[in-house]
Amino acid sequence: MTSTEKANQLREQFGDLISEPSEFRGEVTIELGDVQRIAEVCAYAKKEQGFDYLVDLSSVDNYGDDPRFTLVYELYGYGHGCHLRLKADLSEEVGEAPTVTGVWRTADWHEREVYDMMGIRFAGHPDLRRILMWEGYPFYPLRKDFPLAGRPTDMPDVAFSDKAPLEGGPFVTSAGAQDAEAGEPRAKQVD
Amino acid sequence: MNIGRATVPKSVRRTCFKVMPNTQEIGYNTKVEGDVTITTVDAVLNWFRKNSVWPMPMGLACCAIELMAAGASRFDISRFGSEVMRFSPRQSDLMIVAGTVTYKMALAVKRIYDQMPDPKWVIAMGACASTGGMYRSYSVLQGVDNIIPVDVYVAGCPPRPEALLDALIKIQGKIAKEPVLSRPRLVEQPA
Repeated sequence: MTSTEKANQLREQFGDLISEPSEFRGEVTIELGDVQRIAEVCAYAKKEQGFDYLVDLSSVDNYGDDPRFTLVYELYGYGHGCHLRLKADLSEEVGEAPTVTGVWRTADWHEREVYDMMGIRFAGHPDLRRILMWEGYPFYPLRKDFPLAGRPTDMPDVAFSDKAPLEGGPFVTSAGAQDAEAGEPRAKQVD
Repeated sequence: MNIGRATVPKSVRRTCFKVMPNTQEIGYNTKVEGDVTITTVDAVLNWFRKNSVWPMPMGLACCAIELMAAGASRFDISRFGSEVMRFSPRQSDLMIVAGTVTYKMALAVKRIYDQMPDPKWVIAMGACASTGGMYRSYSVLQGVDNIIPVDVYVAGCPPRPEALLDALIKIQGKIAKEPVLSRPRLVEQPA
């Protein structure tokens, strides 16, 4: 069975919840209409279809679009060797999605990272706390409205963070420059 | 007494011994002065200290690999007396901060530094430990000297093991000049 066939099998099972599978360079993606049913879909994918490995669980901040966040689940099965990507939109007002730690235990840390970096909570998670930043850090760093240099926090006795000196912005090289001098890292022009 | 070979017959040559002038002055002659050296207590204590600097390797990132290389056989750090890399701060003199110090780790680094007994020295190895390196962001401490006093900074990303050994030699030079007994002591002022 290929990934597209497995995606169509999911469509047969769940009906209108799953979108038409789209394919790009051999990778099949399907979108979920309702993120609150993600645990159900993932449980079916693991038990009935053999997707026993959650490769990655990440989130996208569509700053400015209405469902602000998109959760992306990358699935793989060792038995059949098929990859499948599930995408689900989540709006900022709801801000909470069901956990899939009941399906794959590895989602524990992935969801903690999503919570730490993007601020999306997961209902039913056994231990939802920050994993990369320290406990009590007040911001969600990977949101698009958070600057790279950081914001100063006001917890001086626990930890401290001042804004990092960026010296004119993140330095990026220009790809395809003619010589080494033109390709040197320069401050990126942020529009 | 340089006798030309042609003028002395062979039988006589073998029986004559050349008198060598005494060119092997060591510093003092034990037969003249006895087994006693005159020095200062500071010099002796500092000589002991600098030739047995036990490092506490705070190896956090890639610089730790070069630190391991400096401790391995090619660039042997134990030639300089740093025979044991004590992972216990209570038994070490020198903390080598090798790697990127994030804000979350900074709390632990400060704590470990506080647990080291006096006298203690710090080497900030690499760009990340010296100034934050290439990571100008919300999560990286811009230089470990924001939290602990650093004696020697080593530039490099990562610095070669020879650069780290050069820093160790500089620390040894610093230790040699330290006034041990005549150090001005802080006297507690009555409040």
